[in-house]
Amino acid sequence: MALLDTRARDIRNLPGVGVTAALAVAFLYAPILFLMLYSFNDGRSISRLDGLSFRWYRAVFANEEIGGAALNSVLLAVIAASLATVMATAAALAMVRMRVRRKAATYAVLNFPLMVPEIVTAIASLIFFSAIGLGLGFGSLVIAHTTFCIPFAYLPIAARLTSMDAGLEVAAADLYARPLRRFALITLPLLAPGLLSGWLLAFIVSLDDFIISSMLSGPGSTTLPVHIYSMLRLGITPEVNAVSSLMVLASALVVILSGLISRRKT
Amino acid sequence: MKLHRLLLAPSLGTILIFMALPIALTTLYSVLTPAQHGGVIWQPSGEAYVRLMFERDIFDDTLSFNADYLQILGRSALQAGFATILCLLIGLPTAWFIATRPPAQKSLWLMLVTVPYWVNLLVRTIALLLMLRDEGPINGALQSMGLTDGPLPLAYNNFAIGLGLVSSFLPFMILPLYAAIERFDFSLLEAAYDLHASRWQAVWSVILPILRPGLIAGGLLVFIPGIGSYLAPDILGGGKTLMLGNLIGMQFQGSRNWPFGAALSTVLMSVTLIALILVARRAAREAA
Repeated sequence: MALLDTRARDIRNLPGVGVTAALAVAFLYAPILFLMLYSFNDGRSISRLDGLSFRWYRAVFANEEIGGAALNSVLLAVIAASLATVMATAAALAMVRMRVRRKAATYAVLNFPLMVPEIVTAIASLIFFSAIGLGLGFGSLVIAHTTFCIPFAYLPIAARLTSMDAGLEVAAADLYARPLRRFALITLPLLAPGLLSGWLLAFIVSLDDFIISSMLSGPGSTTLPVHIYSMLRLGITPEVNAVSSLMVLASALVVILSGLISRRKT
Repeated sequence: MKLHRLLLAPSLGTILIFMALPIALTTLYSVLTPAQHGGVIWQPSGEAYVRLMFERDIFDDTLSFNADYLQILGRSALQAGFATILCLLIGLPTAWFIATRPPAQKSLWLMLVTVPYWVNLLVRTIALLLMLRDEGPINGALQSMGLTDGPLPLAYNNFAIGLGLVSSFLPFMILPLYAAIERFDFSLLEAAYDLHASRWQAVWSVILPILRPGLIAGGLLVFIPGIGSYLAPDILGGGKTLMLGNLIGMQFQGSRNWPFGAALSTVLMSVTLIALILVARRAAREAA
């Protein structure tokens, strides 16, 4: 009786939680799927399907402004993610493997970009770059993006490093491998999934940014989200839907890839 | 220089120079005089902060109380607060459900919840507007079922903004709550029942303390980006109802009053820092 009683009150299977979870997922996905469906519309409408076609995708690929903005975005994301990953890796090595004084404060600084509201970062960067005379453009974008990408690259790299067996590095040291050789032959290969996962997250975070880029981009350095935003002045068009769907696809691929990599066991 | 300092220097230096320093400079700009076409004149002035609450008469310079900007501040806090509560109401059961699944299903559900967060926020906001428009699928379905005569005003209002904030930041609430529940040892519940705790007592004194770090983290992760959000009010509010983020942005685009924008941004940054420090101190006290 007591056992039955416990089961009846088992909090693990609360009524309604499954339904809420399903609704939450539906709420997150329905708008995106709807947008993707209408990107295949053969007609001009965004509220009535007139058959399916790749018409708007062809229009997107033929549009040189979109192409240019996409190229800027990808280039920016690759540079910012790479710089952030190198710096984050160095920081993670120090934080996880070495004795660092004032560790909590150092950790707080590394994660500081996560805590600042985006609009504050955006206008602070604008003020800073105009004060030092660097002005707007690709250079400023690279610096700003690299900065806010650091914690996103740091977290998976540090996590991987923490879960790695430090014994292997010690063993290499016992066998007289010099520090650099030890790093290149033992630490780096083991760390690789963390590096890739950190790089991918930084890449996607850079690609995702709108506010900071819209404040800092100059005439020739428009990024894709900034360009999509400017397309909205004419309202939502199937072309907006098509280019948006391509961005969804890119993000989904990168995240799933990153998830698969980080799930591989040490 | 020691090796660990050399390794830490690039990242710490980058963050301090290109993020902390610009924020400090913003605070400095907030007490300078605006130049006509953006930028500042290096002359101290408290005008930006006076403007938060008062309107200066252009003829005789007298100040009269004006709550317009305070209202925007209050509305932003309110919107973000509502969104946080709504995220909690949806996020807690969802996190609970995911955390109590068998391991294989767990990772699938986690992936399902995480992927939308990484989808471009602008794209997600546009997608939500597509759903909520007068000609959108929700209104279409309601009308074809004969439930409503005309389209319900779902888009371009505070409701739409709130929904936008929830969909933007819901994963931020689910993930820390999930992490907290995941660590929970369910045999503690059995123990509570063995000691004749009622279901409500079990929730209150066993589960809630374990959820608390997740609740606090989730709350901050939704509230902080929510109060400064730019895209949801801009796109879903149709530019009719401003929030703090838009007001700040405007000072650097159309209105060109950099010190005022800097002052608003300093207010936002202070609210954020105070919230973070309170939470950090509380966490430190609980750990001690």
